[in-house]
Formats: sequence, structure tokens, C-alpha cells
Amino acid sequence: MITVKNLHKKFGQLHILKGIDLEIARGEVVVVIGPSGSGKSTFLRCLNLLEEPTEGQITFEGESITTKRHNINKTREKMGMVFQQFNLFPHKNVIDNITMAPIRVKKTEKNKAEALAMDLLRTVGLEDKRDAYPSQLSGGQKQRIAIARALAMEPHVMLFDEPTSALDPEMVGEVLDVMKSLADKGMTMVIVTHEMGFAREVGDRILFMDQGIIMEQGTPKEVFGSPKNQRTQDFLSKVL
Amino acid sequence: MDFFSMFWEYKSYFLTGLQYTLLLAALGVLCGFILGLIVTLLRMSPWGIVRFIGHAWVEFLRGTPMLVQLFIIHYGFSTAFGINFSPLQSGAITLSINSSAYLAEIFRAGIQGVDRGQGEAARSLGMTRGMSLRFIIIPQAIKSVLPAIGNEFVTIIKESSIVSFIGITELMFQSGAVTGITYDGMTPYLIVAVMYFILTFTLSRILGLFERKLKASDHR
Repeated sequence: MITVKNLHKKFGQLHILKGIDLEIARGEVVVVIGPSGSGKSTFLRCLNLLEEPTEGQITFEGESITTKRHNINKTREKMGMVFQQFNLFPHKNVIDNITMAPIRVKKTEKNKAEALAMDLLRTVGLEDKRDAYPSQLSGGQKQRIAIARALAMEPHVMLFDEPTSALDPEMVGEVLDVMKSLADKGMTMVIVTHEMGFAREVGDRILFMDQGIIMEQGTPKEVFGSPKNQRTQDFLSKVL
Repeated sequence: MDFFSMFWEYKSYFLTGLQYTLLLAALGVLCGFILGLIVTLLRMSPWGIVRFIGHAWVEFLRGTPMLVQLFIIHYGFSTAFGINFSPLQSGAITLSINSSAYLAEIFRAGIQGVDRGQGEAARSLGMTRGMSLRFIIIPQAIKSVLPAIGNEFVTIIKESSIVSFIGITELMFQSGAVTGITYDGMTPYLIVAVMYFILTFTLSRILGLFERKLKASDHR
């Protein structure tokens, strides 16, 4: 579904990604772990071109998205993204946050978009918040709304950029539960996270990134159970 | 003659003045606002030459006196290019372009002040640059710079007195006219001072109300 070939990203002199090759299958849940500064988030943001790769190719559903002529907006409609800082639109209430993109971008009728939004609000357990403004919500609620907002575009893949890192500990669970049920429904997901328990439980494949490359990858059992790479072992011994 | 009887006796002068001041200020505010937004967008263009035009516009209009701009438009254009604007047209154009430069700077600060993540979230949902600006960035930017915009509106009302130089019968010009008739060098100016103050004070009150309404989404 997503193919990444020889992906490089430089910020000025700083070489963040040093050649990533990856194939993600439909329905797969790929969890990216690794120390801070290893390029995990940059890699994820390259997948929908929020960061423009310096070098390399990315194909999504058979179409190259890194060629100059490609209309990235069309592709982004099919790639949902959830951010560490939620990034809800503070000047819009919950229902408008969710329906805005379907109405403006996909030209969905308002009542249809709202019906879908209410379904999604039920899925994330926040149907009573439809008229609330983001500032009235807790962090966990904001992130669940952000997930609903991304899902409202009916994406084919969901990208999660440390979705629980900005949350108070007691709110992490509610967000992870929503993500887990999404994975159970067969959504293709790429998740950057520091939640090792979640990675082990939900991931089909774990990528360990360090110094801008994928150092090791495999099933959760392989990577967590018997990591082969010295750096993976060091990292896991520190976080587990 | 005391303040009120002077006002009453020459009320037609002052009311005509008020009309023109309001008209000029309204045109200046409205056209300046739209023009200011356009200039802001020019300054954020991906193309260097377009950015330069926006930048030059702002720097030139902020760096030269408005009276000079007024004379260039009113007398200069007529002499050099044969373009004759009526005094009212010249006045409205000068106020509009002058305030557009200041408003463009205010908008730019507001847009830069909106969290980067807002634009990223909008783009990640498939919105174009334009949609993201129009629906997400600009509404938040305007809200945050509303007090500064209000100040600029107040400034436009006051600065509109400059166009009395080319003979527009707005408040400033009219008070001079009344002074000429009555040989009273104080009272007519006091009257228009009060009238200007009522205008600007009312305007800042209205903007305050508007601001509070926009803050509805901020309450916790």
C-alpha cells in the first residue's frame, strides 16, 4: 500500500533520515519506536509530505507521491493524521472540527457529514461533546476528537505521531483503546509511540529507528523478545 | 459664543463634515482591510517577485508621510499622467492604501502567530493552502490581532482630517470654515475634537463587544 525507497531528509546540514526503505501492506499496523531525535516523527511526516523528502521515492496505492506533478492534497484525503499536540481548530466546535474537511474538501452534504461525525463521536465515546469547543475538553478527549476528525475523511491509512505523549498518564488509556479498536477493524496504521506495552499488543510489525535509519524490524515478539541489534537491546533495556 | 450655541448655529457645517469624515473613514477601513489582506497574501507568496511587491508596498507607504501620498495622488497624477481624481476619490484612495500597509503588517503578525500545527492539521486533511488560510489560519489570526485592527481603524478616522488639505469638506475643513466666519479660533476646533472623540470611542466600544463575542470559543 505504501512503498518507501531510499528516503532521505536533511534540514540544512542536519541529516535526519539516511535512507529508509519500507513496504507497508494494507491492514498492517506498523509501530515505530526509538530514542528521541532518531527521525521517527520526521519519517512519519514525510509519508504525507508534511515534510518534503530531500531524496527518495514514496508510492501510495501504486501512485508516486514524490513526483513534482503529483497533487498531494488528493492523497492526503486518504491519509489521516493524528498529532502529538492534537491541533484541533480552537475557533470551531467539535462537530465543525470533524465535518469541516468532508464538507469543504470532499463536498459532502452537510447533513451527511454530520451523521457520519455523530457515528464517529459515538465510536470514540464523545457524542455528548458535539457542541463543545476544544478549550473545554481534556487532553484525552481532544485527542479522541482529533482521531474522529481524521477518520471523517474515510482515510485508507492513519498516521499517528506520538498521539499520547502530550497526555496526562490517566488519559493515555482512553486514547489507546480507541486506536486499538481501530486496528481491530483492519485499519492500516503507522504509529510513532513511546508506549511499549501498546506497541507489543497492537503492532503487527515493530520498526526500531535510530540515527535516521531502521536499525531493526520484526514482529513484536522478535523485537521485544529477542532483539538482535545492540542498539535495540540498549534502548529496550532503558525503556522497559 | 459658547460651545453648544456655536454647534447649534453652525450645525449644518458640522454635520456635513461628519458625513464626509464617516464616509472617508468607512471607505478607508473597508478598502484598506481588503487591500491589506491581499498585500499580506502577496507577502506570503511562494514567488519571490510577488513577495517583493508586497514588501515594497508596505515599506513605501509606511515610510512616507500620508500628506505627501495625498498630494502625489491628487496633484501629481493629474499633472504627470492626466489622471484627475476628485478630492473625495483622492482622499479615499490615500486613506485606503495607507491603512492597507499598516493592516497588512498587523495581519502578517497575526498569521505568523497562529500555531504551525493548525496549518499542518488542515493540510493533513486534504485542504489546499488557500482553504487552510481561509478557514483555519486567517479567522484565528484576525481574532488575535483584533485589538490592533481596532487601533488602526481609530487611526484612520483621525488621519482622515489630513484630506482637508485638498478641500474635502470633512470635519477638520468645516471647523476651519466656521472659524473663518466667526473669528473664534477655539470653539469650532473643540467641537470637532469632541465629535472625533465620540466617533473613535464608540468604535472602540463596538470592537470590544465584537472581540468578546469572538472569545466565546476561549472560555473554559
